[in-house]
Amino acid sequence: MADTMELRDIEVWDGNMAASQALRQVQVDVVAAYPITPSTPIVENYAGFTANGYVDGEFVMTESEHGAMSCCIGAAAAGGRVATATSSQGFALMVETLYSASGMRLPIVLNVVNRAIGAPLNVNGDHSDMYMGRDSGWIQLDSYCPQNAYDLNFIAFRVSEDHDVRLPAMVHQDGFMTSHTAQGVHTLTDEAAYNFVGQYKPMNDMLDLDHPVTHGVQTEEDWHFEHKARQQHALMTAVLPKIQAAFDDFEKLTGRKYNIVEAYDMEDAEVAVVCMGTSVETAREVAEEMRAQGIKAGVVGIRVFRPWPLEQLAAVLKDVKAIAALDRSSPHGTVGALFNEISGTLFNTDTKAVLTNYIYGLGGRDLTKAHLVSIYTDLKANADAGKVTTPLQQYIGLRGPKLSFF
Amino acid sequence: MSEIKKIKNLKEFSTSADRFEGANLLCPGCAHSIIVREVLNATNDDLILAASTGCLEVCTAVYPYTSWDASWIHIGFENGSSAVAGAEAMYKALKTKGRLKQPDRVPKFVAFGGDGATYDIGFQWISGCFERGHNMMYVCLDNEVYANTGGQRSSSTPIGASATTTPAGRVSYGEKKNKKDMMGIMAAHGAPYVAQVAPNKWKDMVAKIQKGFAAEGPVFINAMSACTTEWKFAPEDTIAISDLATDSLVFPLYEIINGTELNITYRPKNIIPVRDYLGAQGRFKHLFTKQYEYLIDEWQTRVDKEWERLQRREEARV
Ligand SMILES: Cc1ncc(C[n+]2csc(CCOP(=O)(O)OP(=O)(O)O)c2C)c(N)n1
Ligand code: SF4
Repeated sequence: MADTMELRDIEVWDGNMAASQALRQVQVDVVAAYPITPSTPIVENYAGFTANGYVDGEFVMTESEHGAMSCCIGAAAAGGRVATATSSQGFALMVETLYSASGMRLPIVLNVVNRAIGAPLNVNGDHSDMYMGRDSGWIQLDSYCPQNAYDLNFIAFRVSEDHDVRLPAMVHQDGFMTSHTAQGVHTLTDEAAYNFVGQYKPMNDMLDLDHPVTHGVQTEEDWHFEHKARQQHALMTAVLPKIQAAFDDFEKLTGRKYNIVEAYDMEDAEVAVVCMGTSVETAREVAEEMRAQGIKAGVVGIRVFRPWPLEQLAAVLKDVKAIAALDRSSPHGTVGALFNEISGTLFNTDTKAVLTNYIYGLGGRDLTKAHLVSIYTDLKANADAGKVTTPLQQYIGLRGPKLSFF
Repeated sequence: MSEIKKIKNLKEFSTSADRFEGANLLCPGCAHSIIVREVLNATNDDLILAASTGCLEVCTAVYPYTSWDASWIHIGFENGSSAVAGAEAMYKALKTKGRLKQPDRVPKFVAFGGDGATYDIGFQWISGCFERGHNMMYVCLDNEVYANTGGQRSSSTPIGASATTTPAGRVSYGEKKNKKDMMGIMAAHGAPYVAQVAPNKWKDMVAKIQKGFAAEGPVFINAMSACTTEWKFAPEDTIAISDLATDSLVFPLYEIINGTELNITYRPKNIIPVRDYLGAQGRFKHLFTKQYEYLIDEWQTRVDKEWERLQRREEARV
């Protein structure tokens, strides 16, 4: 048996350590991994736990991220708790296997420390990798700080391994901003953490030698459609209620409340920004300041990016007049992903909000309070005019000539 | 360790376990199915299997059917090795934690891949698994071509063979490169056991598979798999063609233990000319023309040299 670790009620951890500790506490059976900045410390910390007897599963340092996820898939099909971590190029190398994991309905937890995808090569954070995974059939949960990174891992394991779900889950955190910034993190005891997730219950496990199973079959036009439809159905109908139930239980256990869509000051908001990751917290501060100036500003943080929370988001944005979708990724050839999602969400509703798109923070560029002030000022103008008076898509914090789209 | 299965004769052997069904979509005469049966039948132990994308995979697990009566997984073209390595890691983890459902049974972990999956695209994954020392067997079904996608060359395709991406034509004799020395490369990983087998020499194959299963660590088996469709011979001639391959020494049967000790396991009583092997297959037809005939002599010289090299290594015990 692995040794338990005595944690203080509050530990000073960065996002990577928070994720590593969660993996330790749920006693993952197989961790297969490959290093890449800025997620490397997750597996380094985990290796340290292994070396010191705090975990007793298998830790496999593979030859690549593709190998790591392939190993995770084999391990998950064999029937146990599985996890890994990656970022950026590593995520990109994994993409083929991400579809295999979800298509085979295997529970795996992947900690993604978000980072730009080259070229140009860049080790800093943006959401290009998160968006690259958005159609891969994984649950995607987003953290805004190390505390979230810790807590959401427990939610991810619990939901992913639920027999009604059986879909893999990613927990995202912003590269460096969350992954390498130490903050106070309220901890769970090893026992409470493990019990929240519970012991892994295998299903169709290859290691049940009396009941052989076939994983990863061939289908063509005769069955593929049905398989994919069922996978989508599970993702769209089973997952959000299970996440909500896990959030509720987690609140009972810890007092920390999570929401599928995090709405701040949205009850009477006229203008709102919708964003993800660390920018949610910056936006909250600026929104408060805007309110002091008489602008009814709100913030919507996306906590669950996949499955996309259509209804919850539509409800939160029901009464606003102007919305800014803040995308930390270069969409290349269209509007930003959040812009697209939000416009699709609101299209069949009565909301008449004006929607604009801001591209910010690529490759680790800061999003400052001044940037958000200018965004809220734009939004106010759009809300007052009742139409788009500013460019549809703007770059925030870009040097050189102002670039915009329309 | 589990008991080694005793096998009396071919008839008993061929019916002694039915974990791979005759019901599959492989071409009649495909050596893949013969090899798979021989590998699975060599043991009574429980098996956890993986296959890479390729003929074997697409022909044996077409939903809602499966030809496999043992747990089996397919992920992609390149990562059958990693899939099995992951399952093996999980076995170890659950054993440590005392959560195995049948703790007294010790399954064997086997990945199958074509030569394309093995020599080319999956090479990195296999190398990783072997370097890490997973307790697994990797069996390459070496038909010297990407058969499933219709006969493109791989780095196992032998010189002079006509493949769809290296076709023989007015100014080309087909594939220009020698086959990659996968046996040497895998032995260089320090694998405890590496062996080359052919389905016609089934006793030799069984002995090697059993040795492989008894070894601790990663085992590589390169199995010559005559492909009626791409080598272009009649389906009923699979074993005859395989005999020509082993008896001409185009496909010598040997093993390498712990990366060093090489043993030749089959010495044909009458070594037949390479010409006979080449002449029996459509993929080499163009070599029997004035323009390219010199290549047949070159083939013979190369095969002779390789046989010489293997014998010297065997003698030298290094
Ligand atoms: C990443 C990727 N690239 C290409 C393919 C297409 N593909 C599928 S099977 C195959 C050839 C298989 O050849 P081999 O491994 O020699 O096995 P065989 O079919 O000859 O038994 C190819 C190229 C694929 N499935 N995945
Ligand atoms: S093409 Fe060749 S390898 Fe593929 S099933 Fe047919 S005979 Fe077997």
